[in-house]
Amino acid sequence: MRVRLNGSDTELDDDTTLDAIVRRYGQGDRGIAVALNGEVVGRSRWNDVKLTEGDRVEVLGAIGGGEQEMEQWTTLSY
Amino acid sequence: MDDPLVLGGETFNSRLLLGTGGASSIEAIESALVASGAEMATVALRRISPDARGSVLDVLERHGIRLLPNTAGCFTARDAVLTARLAREAFETDWIKLEVIGNDRTLIPDGPELIDAAEQLVDEGFTVLAYTTDDPVLAARLESAGCSAVMPLGSPIGSGMGILNPYNLALIVEQASVPIILDAGIGTASDAALAMELGCDGVLLASSVTRAREPAVMADAMRRAVEAGRLARGAGRIPKRLHAEPSTTFEGAPDL
Repeated sequence: MRVRLNGSDTELDDDTTLDAIVRRYGQGDRGIAVALNGEVVGRSRWNDVKLTEGDRVEVLGAIGGGEQEMEQWTTLSY
Repeated sequence: MDDPLVLGGETFNSRLLLGTGGASSIEAIESALVASGAEMATVALRRISPDARGSVLDVLERHGIRLLPNTAGCFTARDAVLTARLAREAFETDWIKLEVIGNDRTLIPDGPELIDAAEQLVDEGFTVLAYTTDDPVLAARLESAGCSAVMPLGSPIGSGMGILNPYNLALIVEQASVPIILDAGIGTASDAALAMELGCDGVLLASSVTRAREPAVMADAMRRAVEAGRLARGAGRIPKRLHAEPSTTFEGAPDL
């Protein structure tokens, strides 16, 4: 089956669980959150939730933040 | 000096909060955090990549710095609320720095979306620290919505232009009964001192430290500036006058 995983089309075995998805990244589960089709799935349910064709999965973690990057800078001339 | 910041029922000895974005390396973030003396730092949620190295979470944990997740990059109340829920799940904290951006060139907050998101998150039990414009009316609305702190910008994120409207900031401080934390726009230490002199309860900054040539040295400067500005505010500055006011009286001056 094909799912959308962190923005990329990804081929997975049928009945792949969210838990298995998180383990693919090899960074443990601390500081990780999962959204399935725009809803939060708590870690206590990762083992029970099986993906189906066309699901959208986002696996998120912490990055340095506190601001966004400005893509284009215009230096003030006044 | 025993002058703690009480925020969301917690007590902080440092009034400087650090954003961790924009640094060249995790080591640079770490040395800046230590030099700043900050007890709370913001992190963002993004897609994890398989080759991620050295987590900012480890750095915060190592130094006992409280993590404050943000909703950076959200343009709607819906996205911000979902991001806050994800952050709660990821980091096991009800605290959220709420950002809802209305314009991708200036990163200026979207007032109506911000209030909508703040109300929803307060309802869901979050401790909401709201990043906002320097509009005193919007600041009051956010306080009414139940935000635990209101965080007006001095100028746009990362612009380094300092505090463009000290008058608005003074109005926001004057009317507030929750902590006011100047967030965004700080360029250098004098900007942070001015924020505190205007009566802000704290300062949150990122770029001015992380993008400085020497981040740890600038972090140290910011720590001292926040302390100095706080002291000056408490000490009561003299009024500005058009003409000189001699500190030594003319009375008793000799006729030479």
